[in-house]
Amino acid sequence: MAVGILGTKLGMTQVFDEAGKAIPVTVVQAGPCTVTQIKTKETDGYTAIQVGYKEVKPKALNKPLLGHLAKSSAPSLRHLREYHLDNPSEYDLGQEIKADIFASGQMVNVIGTSIGRGFAGYQRRHNFGRGPMSHGSKNHRLPGSIGAGTTPGRVYPGKKMAGRLGGKRVTIPQLTVVQVDSERNLLLIKGAVPGKPGALLNIVPARRGSQT
Amino acid sequence: MNAQEIIRSIEAEQLKSNLPDIYVGDTVRVGVIIQEGGKERTQPYEGVVIAKRNGGINETITVRRIFQGVGVERVFLLHSPRVASIKVLRRGKVRRAKLYYLRDRVGKATRVKQRFDRAL
Repeated sequence: MAVGILGTKLGMTQVFDEAGKAIPVTVVQAGPCTVTQIKTKETDGYTAIQVGYKEVKPKALNKPLLGHLAKSSAPSLRHLREYHLDNPSEYDLGQEIKADIFASGQMVNVIGTSIGRGFAGYQRRHNFGRGPMSHGSKNHRLPGSIGAGTTPGRVYPGKKMAGRLGGKRVTIPQLTVVQVDSERNLLLIKGAVPGKPGALLNIVPARRGSQT
Repeated sequence: MNAQEIIRSIEAEQLKSNLPDIYVGDTVRVGVIIQEGGKERTQPYEGVVIAKRNGGINETITVRRIFQGVGVERVFLLHSPRVASIKVLRRGKVRRAKLYYLRDRVGKATRVKQRFDRAL
């Protein structure tokens, strides 16, 4: 496992590569993150570092969280995440993690929350087909049959139906880092990432060749 | 800096500053860089601008010409490095922002009236 970084989605644009091709990129404000806790086998049973991101006013946080942050003399940070590491002693409390832990050309996984679409119907949520809109049909956006009759006498679990869509944790695997701006802590990642501009993202290095 | 300003500053590095003023109806010659067996050369393409899309770095023009009796339309990304040069040859006088009506016309009817009050 490797250490990643927390960031904010800023929006999308395009850049040109050496061949003159336009590449769609997402601009991500990545970090700076502060190491707020180092978890060791002796104290916690596993090894990891905890990092915090996004400085806010101290009054926006509660006292237990401020007390926890004070231990690492970190500023008041809104979001805390852990990264499991084999050797967390390489990191010190209060150390800053910046966007330059990534290099251009590197593959990353981006974890975020997808855009919430509320209670969505069959077409939108599961790509069902639609019924005829005319010729006397009253079946416009209905699901059709949801199962057999008396036998089994119930609807099978997992049947695709209308319901809440989006607003869930999503991992977009194997995206390429196109450009790293270490001065402003910006990452340009090829392709789209979950959420709207302003959404919190967790960017971790992708394991080579893995599809998860 | 807010998000929009950061994105604009990234785009600003890639924008061309020497683009001429192009209006819909103009006749332009676009030099396109094409790769041919490891060699680069510039191929000219000439025609009438029938549409323009203003999108910052994504600004495009659609250029239409009749090539060997067949209507050809190409969309050029103006700020792309592949578009090496653009020269306005003739200013046209038109009353539409999109000249899609030219697609339905042949021969003499496809001509666009020239205007002389805009500098080339």
